[in-house]
Amino acid sequence: MRHVLSVLVENEPGVLSRVAGLFSGRGFNIESLNVAPTLEEGVSLMTITTSGEEQIIEQIVKQLRKLVTVIKVVDFIDVSAVEREMMIVKVQADDARRAEVLRIADIFRCKVVDVSLNDLTLEATGDHGKVQAILSLLARFGIKEIARTGTVAMRRSMQPESV
Amino acid sequence: MELNGARILLECLKREGVDVLFGYPGGAVIDIYDELPRHDIRHVLVRHEQAAVHAADGLARASGKVGVCLVTSGPGATNTVTGIATAYADSIPMVVLTGQVPTPLIGNDAFQEVDIVGITRPCTKHNYLVKDVRDLARVLRQAFYLARSGRPGPVLVDLPKDVMQAKTEFVWPEDVKLRSYNPTYRPNLNQLRRAVEALLEAKRPLFFAGGGVVMSDASEELGWLARTLSIPVTSTLMGLGAFPGDDPLWLGMIGMHGTYAGNKAVNNADCIVAVGARFDDRVTGRLSAFASGARIIHIDIDPTSIRKNVRVDIPVVGDCRKALAGIREIATTRLAEKDWATAHEPWLAQVSAWRTEQPLTYVKNGSIKPQQVVETIFSITKGDAIVTTEVGQNQMWTAQFFTFRKPRTLLTSGGLGTMGYGFPAAIGAQFAFPDKLVIDMAGDGSIQMNIQELATAVCNKLPIKIVILNNGYLGMVRQWQELFYQRNYCSTCMEAQPDFVKLAEAYGAEGYRITDPGELESTLRTAFASPNTAVIDVRVEREENVYPMVPAGAALDEMLLV
Ligand SMILES: Cc1ncc(C[n+]2csc(CCOP(=O)(O)OP(=O)(O)O)c2C)c(N)n1
Ligand SMILES: [Mg+2]
Repeated sequence: MRHVLSVLVENEPGVLSRVAGLFSGRGFNIESLNVAPTLEEGVSLMTITTSGEEQIIEQIVKQLRKLVTVIKVVDFIDVSAVEREMMIVKVQADDARRAEVLRIADIFRCKVVDVSLNDLTLEATGDHGKVQAILSLLARFGIKEIARTGTVAMRRSMQPESV
Repeated sequence: MELNGARILLECLKREGVDVLFGYPGGAVIDIYDELPRHDIRHVLVRHEQAAVHAADGLARASGKVGVCLVTSGPGATNTVTGIATAYADSIPMVVLTGQVPTPLIGNDAFQEVDIVGITRPCTKHNYLVKDVRDLARVLRQAFYLARSGRPGPVLVDLPKDVMQAKTEFVWPEDVKLRSYNPTYRPNLNQLRRAVEALLEAKRPLFFAGGGVVMSDASEELGWLARTLSIPVTSTLMGLGAFPGDDPLWLGMIGMHGTYAGNKAVNNADCIVAVGARFDDRVTGRLSAFASGARIIHIDIDPTSIRKNVRVDIPVVGDCRKALAGIREIATTRLAEKDWATAHEPWLAQVSAWRTEQPLTYVKNGSIKPQQVVETIFSITKGDAIVTTEVGQNQMWTAQFFTFRKPRTLLTSGGLGTMGYGFPAAIGAQFAFPDKLVIDMAGDGSIQMNIQELATAVCNKLPIKIVILNNGYLGMVRQWQELFYQRNYCSTCMEAQPDFVKLAEAYGAEGYRITDPGELESTLRTAFASPNTAVIDVRVEREENVYPMVPAGAALDEMLLV
């Protein structure tokens, strides 16, 4: 089961390696990891996507909480959240296929960010599933290169039970 | 007034209640050593940095205080790693101070530079590199607080040389606040109620004490509950001493070399209260068979310990003593709901039958049996000693045949199993309790891992007794080779060994050799009565094995017996 964890940390030197070391040292798996500053100075937000059985995820969350520099951990499986990931993808698109690639780009509301005679570079945003879907639809044209961010996520203001 | 970093460091140590510091100097910490003589802190110069850490650890285990050691950068720092990992595995409160190259050189592969913060990240509770002298007092305050609070553990503080020289106004931070660190001490009341409920329903309940009982000083609460509710008690290696080993409710330690009664009880109980134990694989045997018929109540201050290895029915996160006190309080109001003694009578009869059926035992013959050495030491000392162990058969025989009655009287490397731990730990314990008899139960292999500390013991006039159960083998490994590897004794025979008596004497200690069983007791008595450091080389039966033994991967009740 895929879990998105939001991990609020004190932004000290070494905090990234503490978190990364925890995953590697204990054999937990990291699918993606994103770190950026928050509104509060000295505090960063890490968004980590990982997967594993319930008991493993429980250990991951507990072990993260145990790190002295970790302020808060939220598993987005427990709350309703907005999730986004961004991808820049360079697709082969000669004249014959260009229209089809653009149509897919349009359907998924991708932006064209670069173009050359033989390829198109698209910017796609969406949740993990959408980005995966775009990728698999574009695959048949030939993908030359991709660059993806990890997932970032935010709790929705209105939670189902509070509606 | 502005003080330099070295002075601030020592002022902080004093305020944290440190009176002994184990260490070894070098270029990066020379400013601290320059400052030391002006302070009322005793520095103990060891002969190897690993020993400084184990000594700080031994002091901490024996006294409950935070142990402190100080070493230089580079090799001084890397030499501490085994000691730190040992303390981490057993949750021992400790602050390790390492020198570091001056901040402008960090990252340049300077002389004697290592990234010790990076190296020790996975084996410390937390660690710091102090880059600015203005952070020093706060960091040290946090380091001590982290080391001793919650689930204790070692904290390393890396101190660059220029930070020790730089000056700033010294302000002692009165309190420590870490918003990201709030250990849960007070257990959830509902969980405690559920625990009592489970005990009320239980027919075959069992207490299972780990090192957390020792560490949180919860022995009295445990004892009260066991006796009042008529519940037998087992423990892990780390829990020995948490419950008196001569109490009728005591079943002995469980695990790979646990007692028959203890291991049987775990797998036949219907309710287990595990207190401050983390269910290491050496303790559980094959997990799928472990306590399969029992509801498990697991009390631990560290939430990660709960449900890590073993399923838990009633988790209780909190300080062991507070949790047991809470259970006691609730149980007191419900004592009348069950006739505890009568209800548990068949179970108590069963466990004591197991105990008489298969007590801890060994076959006596003409030679000196290692178990007999341990028993003799117990009878000479009447148990009034602090006993440290090395690792291997010596450790297991000590655990089995010395009756530990009080917490903090057995100091042993449980989680990491570090050979070479016992002797330096004994040095630390002797500093904590100068008037107590401190004995290191050693193996001939292990003792050679930190034998150089004889110099430390002798020059500090420590009357430590090292009893070598000398079998001329790396005995525990040899036992595995005998039982599971067709006696292929590859690299475990240690016949080429120094003359331990002469070696002791060369260091200025006393040396004794015992080869005749008839002299065992008298020679031990003589050695123990001496005010000097003494090494007693006891030539024991060479191929004696530790039993019971649960082979790796077997269920706890599938024991090989004598
Ligand atoms: C530092 C270290 N290296 C290796 C081991 C593996 N090991 C465990 S017990 C043992 C044998 C110890 O021999 P000795 O000290 O003579 O004790 P005995 O088992 O003979 O009593 C060894 C090598 C260890 N535990 N620690
Ligand atoms: Mg040996």
